[in-house]
Order: sequence, then C-alpha cells, then structure tokens
Amino acid sequence: MEFLRPATWDEALAAKAEYPTALPISGGTDVMVEMNFDVHRPSAILDLNRIGDLATWSIDGDTVRLGAAVPYSRIIDELSGPLPGLALAAHTVGSPQIRNRGSVGGNLGAASPAGDSHPALLAAGRDVFVEAASVRGTRLIPIDDFYTGVKRNSLEADELIRAVHIPVADGPQQFSKIGTRNAMVIAVCAFGFALHPKSRTVGTGIGSAAPTPRRAVEAEEYLRGVLAERGLWESGDLLGTEVIQRFGELVRDAASPIDDVRGTADYRKHALAVMARRTLTWTWNDYSKQIRSAA
Amino acid sequence: MSGTRTIQGQKNLQNIHQASKDGIGGSPLRPDGTLKVKGEFAYSSDMWHEDMLWGMALRSPHPRANILSVDISEALKVPGVYAVLTHEDIPGSKYYGLEIQDQPALAIDKVRYHGEAIALVAADHPETARRAVKKIKVEYEVLTPITTEEQCLDPETYGYVHEPHEYKSHGSGNICHSQKLVSGGGVTDEIRALADVIVKGTYEVGMQDQAFLGPESGLAVPAEDGGVDLYIATQWLHVDRQQMAPVLALPEEKVRLTLAGVGGAFGGREDLSMQIHACLLALHTGKPVKIVYSRDESFFGHVHRHPARMTYEHGATRDGKLVFADCRIVLDGGAYASASPAVVGNAASLGHGPYVIPNVRMEAIALYSNNPSCGAMRGFGAVQACFGYESQMDKLAAELGMDPVELRQINAVTQGDFMPTGQEIDAPAPVAELLQRVKDMPLPPPLDLENLDVRTLPGALSNTSHGEGIVRGIGYSVGIKNVGFSEGFDDYSTARVRLEVIGGEPVAMVHTAMAEVGQGGVTVHAQIARTELGVEQVTIHPANTEVGSAGSTSASRQTYMTGGAVKLAAEAVKQALIEKGRRRYGWEHKDITLVGGKVVSETGGVLVPMVDLLGDEAIDLTREHHHRPTVPFDKETGQGFGHVQYTFCANRAVVDVDVELGLVKVVELTAAQDVGKALNPLSVVGQIQGGCTQALGLAVMEEIVVKDGKVRNASFTDYLIPTILDTPPIPVDMLELPDPHAPYGLRGVGEAPTVSATPSIVAAIRNATGLALNRVPVRPEHLTGTL
Repeated sequence: MEFLRPATWDEALAAKAEYPTALPISGGTDVMVEMNFDVHRPSAILDLNRIGDLATWSIDGDTVRLGAAVPYSRIIDELSGPLPGLALAAHTVGSPQIRNRGSVGGNLGAASPAGDSHPALLAAGRDVFVEAASVRGTRLIPIDDFYTGVKRNSLEADELIRAVHIPVADGPQQFSKIGTRNAMVIAVCAFGFALHPKSRTVGTGIGSAAPTPRRAVEAEEYLRGVLAERGLWESGDLLGTEVIQRFGELVRDAASPIDDVRGTADYRKHALAVMARRTLTWTWNDYSKQIRSAA
Repeated sequence: MSGTRTIQGQKNLQNIHQASKDGIGGSPLRPDGTLKVKGEFAYSSDMWHEDMLWGMALRSPHPRANILSVDISEALKVPGVYAVLTHEDIPGSKYYGLEIQDQPALAIDKVRYHGEAIALVAADHPETARRAVKKIKVEYEVLTPITTEEQCLDPETYGYVHEPHEYKSHGSGNICHSQKLVSGGGVTDEIRALADVIVKGTYEVGMQDQAFLGPESGLAVPAEDGGVDLYIATQWLHVDRQQMAPVLALPEEKVRLTLAGVGGAFGGREDLSMQIHACLLALHTGKPVKIVYSRDESFFGHVHRHPARMTYEHGATRDGKLVFADCRIVLDGGAYASASPAVVGNAASLGHGPYVIPNVRMEAIALYSNNPSCGAMRGFGAVQACFGYESQMDKLAAELGMDPVELRQINAVTQGDFMPTGQEIDAPAPVAELLQRVKDMPLPPPLDLENLDVRTLPGALSNTSHGEGIVRGIGYSVGIKNVGFSEGFDDYSTARVRLEVIGGEPVAMVHTAMAEVGQGGVTVHAQIARTELGVEQVTIHPANTEVGSAGSTSASRQTYMTGGAVKLAAEAVKQALIEKGRRRYGWEHKDITLVGGKVVSETGGVLVPMVDLLGDEAIDLTREHHHRPTVPFDKETGQGFGHVQYTFCANRAVVDVDVELGLVKVVELTAAQDVGKALNPLSVVGQIQGGCTQALGLAVMEEIVVKDGKVRNASFTDYLIPTILDTPPIPVDMLELPDPHAPYGLRGVGEAPTVSATPSIVAAIRNATGLALNRVPVRPEHLTGTL
C-alpha cells in the first residue's frame, strides 16, 4: 500500500491524478475503522493532514466556505451562528474524540446514507455546493447532485473535496436524529429542516431512510405554498396542526427506508413524521417570535 | 516458569506495598486502579514475546453445515506461515466443555453455529495470518439451521444439532438439560380454584452479551519439558487447565497458567476461547504464539446470556396472598452446552422469585440449537426469570388494584421461610425492607420544562424533543440470586499466605489463583491480610496454577470463597506466629493478637514486635476454604438444599419516555441491597452500580440480533451498551445484616442488581406508556407499534 503525504494542495491533486484509486484520509474516523475491519484495502492512502487550508473556514458575504477538514468540534464552537443546522448535526456525531477528528469532507467522501452532515446540508438550501478539485480544475457540485447511491458520490476518480459552500442561515434551522441510545450512536434516521425567509422557501434533508440522503421535495413545496398563500412569512401566525401534520406525512412519504438491525422501515417512517412535525414547530416558533419582536 | 524473563506485561499485581492501615471495612484504592486509569495497565492483549507468532482461526460463515473438505495447501504456501492446523492435528481428546464435553476444539466434519472455529494458522505477522486464513478452502454442504423453539423440539422434522448417539448427558432430542420443580400441591385445577385472581403472561429476553472491553487474548509459550505456559485473561485458571490438558495430551502439571491482565469478564471468560488454540499452535511450532481476537471475532469467541421465552401463571387471593405459580422457562443454549445445565438449575430454583408461594410448578429447559452458544453471564439464569416474575407481580397488582410494592411485601420471603425447593432460608432475607427503602428514597425532581437541558431528555443531544411527548414513569422490582456454585458442587478456594520480614518490616504475601477481572479481589485480599495479621504491607502474588484452585470469578463468590480462604490462611499464620512466641517467651495470655506490626495482648500490652519474633523465618501456610455442602436438586421435584447463600436487591426506576418516538431516558435507578458485611464499601457500591447499569443495558438496548442463526451486529457500532448519558444517578442503600454462615458475615454482591434492575426499568416504561411490554430489550418499535 502506497502512503502519500502531499504538503500542498497542488501536490495532493497531482497525487490523486497519479493514483486515482488512492483513498483520501483526514481525521480517519471512518477510513481507519473500515481498514481495521478489513472492509477496504485501498492501493494507496492519500493523507491530507499536512494541508492546513483544509481545516479553515471563511465567510464571503452570504456564504460560508467550510474547509473539508474542519472538525465537527470547531463547527460547534465557531459556526453555530451562521450554520445552526449543521452545528446541531455535528453535536450528534460520535464522541468528543470523534468530533475532534471527523469532518464534513469525510462525511461527503464516504457518502453513507447515515452520515450526520447530509440532512443539514440538504436543508440548508439549493445553494449548497461541494467544491471538488482536480488537476483539470475546480467545479462546484450542487448538493442535490452529489449523492448518487449507497456510499457513492459524483466525484471523479481524480477529484478531491476541498470545501463546502453553505449559505449563511437567514432563518431558524433544526436537526434531529434517532438513535437507540442517548449518545455515540449511528442514526436510525435523521431529519434536517431550515426556514429560508429571504427566498421564501424551506429546506429538508432525510438521513438513513433511503439509499442516499435526500430531500423531501413534496413536503418543501407543500409548505412553501401554504406559507405563501396564507401570508405567514409576513404575519408569523401559527401554522395550525393540520399543516404541521400534513408536512410530517409528506416527509414520511418521501423516505424509502429498509428494515435492518438498527430499526424497522415502519419505525423510521413514523419517526421521520414526528421529527418533521417537531422541527417545523420549533423553527416556526422561533421565526414567529422574530417577526413579532420586529413588529 | 519458563519464559517469564522475556515476558512483558506481567508486572500488574506484583510489589503492592501499600503503607496503609486499610483493613476490612475500609476502602483503600485498588492496586491496579491508577495504572488502569492512566492507560498503563498491561492487559492480556498487550503481551509480547521475542520470536512470537500470531495465531488466528478460520471460522464458519454458516450456522449449520457439513464440512465436505478442508484444503490448507494454499494457506501453507503463504510466506511467514508456520502452521495450519485442523482437528486432525489435535494430539489428545478432540472435545472439551465446562460441564459436558460436547464442543470440538476445532470443528469435525460439521459446524453447528455461525463463527465456529474450523482451522488455525500461526504466522509471523497478524496480517500474514489473516491472509493465510482466507486461503484455506472449505467445501460446505449448507443445511437449514435449527433455530426456533418449535424447530428444536421437533427434531424428527427439523433435525438434530447433536445426533442422538452424541449426547454425553441426560439430554436428548435437542434438549440439553431440563429441571422440574413441584412444591406444595403443584398446580392443579383444585389449586387454581383457591385463587380469586389469576394472571398469565408470556415474556421474552433477548440475547445479551457480556460486552467486556478487553478482547479474548493470551500468549502460549512452549516449555523445555514438553509442556506449555499460558498467560491468559480468564475467570478460572484451574478449570481452563482441566479442560485444556486432555486436548493437548499433557498431564495437568505440564500445562501451567498465569493470569494476564483481564479487561472485564461478566461470565464471558468462563468457557475456553483461544486457550487450546494458542497452545496447540505453540506446541506444534515450538514457538510462542499470541492470539488476540478482534472485536467482531470476540462476539463469536465467547458464549452469551441465554435468550429466554417464559410463560408464567400466578394466582392470588383477593387480599394479595399468592396461592400458586406455574412457570415454564425455555432457554436457548445454542450449539454447545457450556454452562447451560447450571443455568437451568438456577432458573428452575430461583425462577419464582423471592416470594412465599405455597404451590409451585416449574419446568426449565435449555435447548440445543444452531444459534450462538450461551452460557454464563452475570445473573446466570436468574436474570431472565426475574423479568418474568416481576412483570407478573405488576400485572397481579394491577388486577387486584393494589400498590405493586405492597403486593410484593405481602408475599416477600424472610428468614425462616422455605424456598419451593424445600430449602430453608437460614440467613437474613430482608426483601420487604429493601423494597420499603427504595420506595422511601426521595424522588428526583420533575422535568423542568422551563429550563430544559436537552442532554437530560430522551434522545439527549440528538435533539429529538424539547419536552414534547415526554411522560415520566416509576417502576419497582426485587430479585433473588444465589451466591457460589450450587447443586452439590464443592467450588473450594485455596489461599497461601506468607509472613516474613522484608526491609525491617513485617510483610504479608497473599498468593491465590483468583482471577482478578475487575471485581477488586486483589484489594480485598490485602485488606483481609492486614486485618488478620496486623501488618500494613501486603503483596499480592500473581495468580497462577502454582497454588491450588481459587474457583471461578463468578457467581458473586470470590470474596466469600477466596476471601474466606485468605482469612483461613492468615489466621493459621497468625496462630503459628503466636505459638512461636509462646514457645520462645512462655506467654500465658489468652488474648494474644497481632496489631500494628506487634504481638499484643489486652492484659499484657505489647509483647514483642513481629519483626523480632519472626527473625529470618518466614511463616508460609496454605489453606482451603469450602462452603457448606449443598445437594443436587431432585430431577423431577426440584427439591434439595441446593444453594449456598441467597442475595437480594430491590430497585426503583424513574424514566422519562418520549412516547411518540419510543425513546427512553432512565432518570434515576435506586438500589437497596443487603450485603451482609461490606469489606470494601466503595467497591461494593461500585459493584451494585455496575450491576444496575448492565441491567439497564438489557432493559433498553443490549441484544445480539440473530437471524436464521446468523449474528447481525457483531460490533460495538450496533451492539449498544450504555454510555454515560444513558447511565443515571444510582443511589445505593446498603444494608449489612450478617450471614452467620459466611466469612465476616458477608454476602456476594455482584449479581443481585443485574438480576433485579431490568424489570424495574420496564415497569417504569409501562407506567409511562400503558403498554404491556413483554420483551426486553424494549426497542423504540415496541413503544410506537412499528415493529
């Protein structure tokens, strides 16, 4: 097994071009587990830890550019304001030790349907992009096009994830995850939700309940319509149980979960409906308060 | 011992020179505590020997198959491979087992469970061994596994796990062992007619794992005399040796075992795992061989807690007096017997609970199946039954409109009562008081919805609720467990105590074969020696087979049995020293004792410093401690003085349940237990809290999921054990009512809370949800109707 340790981003891209089957590693919280269990024996390992830029973030106007290797613990500490949904998701990742090493870049690279970042990224809106680079150049992959199958993504063999572009939250965001214990647990299912008052849209993300992380498109459209038709963005009035209930059902219906050792498909669907109702209620209550205090 | 000079990692328990006066009743620090906390303790998996090889097993992917051929030729060609062995290479007996020798050391012509070892590889690197294992070609004829109770009990249709002629015990037809019990008038229509109220229930317990953190591991070193030295993490050195020697075709004295650092056991190290395999490879290659299981292999490498299906019927009078209990407990023992017969004995004799019941009928059986083998785990046959009878008590209380604690108290046993086995409870049995104590403890404050801390809610930082759907529930339970080995077994313990002057001070050395698995025996042995010999400095000798058996570190027995042996040996040393003084000085005081390094007498004052009396001589004596004899239970009636000692624990659980999502947070788990005498109160509380936590795991999350004989979750990713966020405050109320039959009046403590706490948590969840909940672990699916 080759062990590649580039010092710069350009060297990393060159190495990835030369060894397209090389497996990138940063925190190692996923890669090392799979290697220790002998699930993967990659021909080469591409260690990105010397490239300091990957662990930095910046805000440019309305967008956070989050380096692929910024660990979850720093997302919690430093980005809870601009990225509240992702910070809540980061809270649910593994243990403190794992949160110190694991990163969104790793979650995207592994593209597991159970990755905790994904529902929050999907919910953050249509303007979330994965910045993928190769010796051929850089492209921004819309998050909706990124997940292509179970543990598969749309990266080319010579590409590396450099950063993720995420709009700064302009409204309340929430994230909920089901696990059968109260910490250190892989998601049985998860749900991310965000209100986007500026664009008068809402965002959703479903985790661990389909072959890929996915959006509940009909639920988003339904809610967008109700909020617009009833002038609720302006009034901040109560949504009513019927709307909340319907939203939950649409989120549930967007999932296509399986029965597995972590939970049944029926439970996942049930729990998604509950989480959808609750996260919608929490975010709307927050939004409503903002509107009223501004009025 | 050959090889010790190059062994690393054997220093854990030597040279414990605690300048402390902490005798019994104190709570001195563990001699291995600091090393463990700092990560410096050498566990069995940390051992290393120059020129050592790594052993690895090929395991069956099928739960039931005939082996048509095994081709090792490609594996042998891998550079760095020193040996590939199959059952054909075993020099002696090919079978072993704790109670029934029904398990092949390596599979012979067939496999009976998923993960059964078929062949062994020794190589100069673990990766080489792993690759070589993959090159062994096994041709299987895969058969449909026999996995359910219905299938097991119909062998004509579904087949035999062991062919009828293969049985080496009383079992037959896929029944490994059974025990019946009848007391009073049994359970007949006439007896049933005496009851005003009858409740019935069927209950299930899933397969729990011991989930110890240190995987099975050891190092076998071939010796010049043709024997072998094994450094091993186990629970009972001598019974390991007893099972190993016939397979290795060696006399027992040529199989020498030394305890290596044990990372938890909980019953999971009572059976052999890699012991024989490492020794076979070491003797075959002439080189030291180390085997360390990976985490997933560990799940296949040890037995688990028996899953159970239980039917209970209880009858009572209108005022709550129990009239009869009719019980059937079916335990799935899996492919091999392990400790199933003794587990069945416990289930049958304890399965009606700590209650006075005039008429009892009970049958407990263990099945052979193609599921993973099950055997010893903390609570040993009493855990499953307690979930059954305590669920019944709640059901009965509801039916009668009575307080569930009061119903239990009305029927609770006390000293002088008789168990349905006919055995008199001849020591304190404060069952009603224990229940009262947990009931009287202050309740935790109600959920404060105004100042929510999401970490305290079900789901915690997973952020599933901000107060929605949360309902609080309270539940109670009490349980009974036996201490020590039962049914006529003489599980004696041996201790050697040596007293001599070292560096101008009297120093005691305690040498036993007791396996320190975390229970704190090494601390307690030193405390006993300090108290009995009046010394401060005590050294604990490494545990090995150079001294007689200490029995198993299980059945809550080590402080009672080996602690008792240390007491006897120390008393003998004390008497020998005093006799020496009498001979030398002609003392005639009747009240001579040893205190603070001196020989003293109330009437004569300080007679002489111990160092002066000892001089250059060492007093070195060995004693055995036998508990009072018991007898086997009658096969048909279950009658007999079968148990050494009983132990009781009561619990109150307070839970918050998110009734919409089916998530549970145990808010508090209170325990009250009679410990007889707490030799080390801190350790006793730790045992009770640990036992409660393991019971919590069974209540709400721990289960090895087996489908069609295959294990689905052999990892700590999917076999979940409680984290600190799942573990509530566990207030412990400790009673000390001395047992007149036990050393210092003590009572074994480690298992009772593991027996009793699970049903209290389920009762609390029932209280919150109104659901029947007849199975543990309770999953979110059970609480939301989405199974």
